[in-house]
Amino acid sequence: MTETPDQQPRRPSISHLAVPRLSILGARVIDPASGFNQVVDLHLAEGKVLAIGPPPADFRAEELIDAGGLLAIPGLVDLCARLRQPGLEQKATIRSETRAAASAGITTLCCPPDTLPVVDTPAVAQLIRQTAEQQGFARVLPAGSLTQGLAGEQISEMAALARAGCPVLSHADRPIRSARVQRRALEYAATFDLTCFLHPANASLSEGGLVHEGRISTRLGLPGIPAAAETVAVARDLALAEQTGARIHFRGLSTARATEMLAEARARGVQVTADVSAHQLFLTEDDLDPFDANALVLPPLRTEADRQALRAAIAAGVISAICSDHQPHEADAKLDTFPQAAPGISALETLLPLTLRLVDEGLLPLPSALACVTCHAAAILGLPYGRIQPGVAADLCLLAPNERWKLTPERMRSQGKNTPFLGQSMRGAPRLTLLGGRPVFDAAAP
Amino acid sequence: MSSSPLASASAIKQLQASSVDPSAFVANPQLDAQGHLRHFLTIDGLDRALLTDILDRAEGFLSVARAPVKKVPLCRGKIIANLFFENSTRTRTTFELAAKRLSADVLNLNISTSATAKGETLLDTLRNLEAMHVDMFVVRHSDSGAAHFIARHAAPHVSVINAGDGCHSHPTQSMLDMFTIRRHKGEIAGLKVAIVGDILHSRVARSQISALNTLGAAEVRVIAPRTLIPACAPEALGVRVCHDLREGVTDCDVIIMLRLQRERMTGGFLPSEHEYFYLFGLTEKRLASAKPDAIVMHPGPINRGVEMDSEVADGPRSVILEQVSNGLAVRMAIMSTCIGAQHSAGQSPEREAARD
Repeated sequence: MTETPDQQPRRPSISHLAVPRLSILGARVIDPASGFNQVVDLHLAEGKVLAIGPPPADFRAEELIDAGGLLAIPGLVDLCARLRQPGLEQKATIRSETRAAASAGITTLCCPPDTLPVVDTPAVAQLIRQTAEQQGFARVLPAGSLTQGLAGEQISEMAALARAGCPVLSHADRPIRSARVQRRALEYAATFDLTCFLHPANASLSEGGLVHEGRISTRLGLPGIPAAAETVAVARDLALAEQTGARIHFRGLSTARATEMLAEARARGVQVTADVSAHQLFLTEDDLDPFDANALVLPPLRTEADRQALRAAIAAGVISAICSDHQPHEADAKLDTFPQAAPGISALETLLPLTLRLVDEGLLPLPSALACVTCHAAAILGLPYGRIQPGVAADLCLLAPNERWKLTPERMRSQGKNTPFLGQSMRGAPRLTLLGGRPVFDAAAP
Repeated sequence: MSSSPLASASAIKQLQASSVDPSAFVANPQLDAQGHLRHFLTIDGLDRALLTDILDRAEGFLSVARAPVKKVPLCRGKIIANLFFENSTRTRTTFELAAKRLSADVLNLNISTSATAKGETLLDTLRNLEAMHVDMFVVRHSDSGAAHFIARHAAPHVSVINAGDGCHSHPTQSMLDMFTIRRHKGEIAGLKVAIVGDILHSRVARSQISALNTLGAAEVRVIAPRTLIPACAPEALGVRVCHDLREGVTDCDVIIMLRLQRERMTGGFLPSEHEYFYLFGLTEKRLASAKPDAIVMHPGPINRGVEMDSEVADGPRSVILEQVSNGLAVRMAIMSTCIGAQHSAGQSPEREAARD
């Protein structure tokens, strides 16, 4: 442990906003990317991890942090979080949601292109990035739209979007109806080796549907979205990926059959990855009863068999990432009849505790669970985040792993309070979040 | 058949107290803390005793129609608002008449052409009506779950009755159907009942199935092509599925025909009315497979020559017009029961006076 005689280590605090050289003492450091898992000191300099263990000979920390009893984990990387800006600021803003993300241990966010205007020009991508940089709470990476205006007709200027800071392309949750347009979009993206995020849903089968077509939709008389809407789309997209050689990523799988198709395709060598929204691992169609609009999501909550298959796919590594699929809404958006309510869950602040719940339930060991929300997610973006290793950005979360807290609207920092997990007990409380070595959240700060 | 239509509030309390175990209904949004029926949103979750109590109570109300003065004072001083967000003439009229026979003041609001068309939210409409001291909302809406939503947000002194929400539920219609069946068959328990037609979109069918199963029917069959029956109907609804009309009605005591919604004919569910009638239309010949004393029902309005022959619709086994008459008595029973729950929840006359 490093301790200079003239400096006493302090508990985490945000009072020193910019600390060029910092030592974090006595945390259990877990780096899922390398398998490192030890109680050790961490030394940060110039926004990066300098050393793990003993400090370099010429290193002198300006600040010491006593992190005894805490975990030091990589800052989380969330592959799908809507920040609602530009265009839907009544729901949330980049400032409100990145602050919430920092408080939840998330340091990198990828947002879908369904803003107003759509992220289909470099100007919109740059606006989002610059606004996030000015606020400074989290790294925000917009996904560029695969087609202009998300209309599914004319492919967008993908190379320009990539230059403007879009690491991936996406069509948000609006399926491209035309297989021909989808093919051209994938081919064009493959030209520049850009990963395409696809929400698999066959438009004509899912159109008009609200919930999983099954037992609950039958009982409640709600229009259903059949499981086949997803599997038909997965089949089409896999065929097109094989045809075009494009790298695709399925965003938010929800059905058992889709996980089987994914595993088969990966075994064949198709360049395909997938993630699952955290709520899909815990909720089923039964949670809709009776007409709970907070559980209205797309893709819909499926059956218990689907939920178990998604969990098994996570455990086997077939699905490699878990994301929040954060969709904050203003209260009025949910204050209507179930069919009229807006779909989506405010989910940034439950991503980490739900991931830890998978550990508690014995599905995954802690490092593997954390990998799904850190290095694996970063690898899908093709970026070197989500790891604690010398030379990489010092994006860290100091976590009190056993601290329990209750999810309440008052405690939530997101502008959206729409979540079916309200009132539930959660485990794991971030104490300090660092973005590039700079504190962006401090639980002890007023 | 015990309750009199002139039963006092105390009799209503007694009726309700006899039928429920409050601890069993903690999560049921239709029941108040004492287990009394406060809202009538769906048949699901209500027990056999409660449904039987409503049917018994409706028996008493039948005589009101034949009395020289067709009114009882059970809801005197109460305001009942019919909120019809979806067009309806028959159902709205029977609710209005039922409320008037209970001596309530009635507001009829055709919301689809007024407030919401101007952009007012459903909740704002609700709040405005609550400000007029309405005691009960009768709600029809094209969205499944609308009545649940309104009940969830209604003031504590307000009851909500579902007059049909989307494809979900039409519980008063199913209760009048049960009432009609019981008057002809004595008991629901042990009967074989066939429901023919568009089960997929039918709120009436969902409520009928739930009521029949709760009241102990021996078997409920649904009969239609696969496009009109949800794939998991047996598991979700507790029915047997048939795709052959003759087989489906064999040995049945009751046959309920559903209206085939013409607007869905072009939606890819059916090739034509002609083929539907050829396969699933009820004729005297096909009716012969049912029990000799089987009755034929239809919630109306009938598409003659599509769902059934006129010969059947107007024949001796048809009880279709009786269903309409019974609708009044059953709706009176349900409304007075819910208003009774308001009394039992402790609304004092002083409090009610203060509200005025």
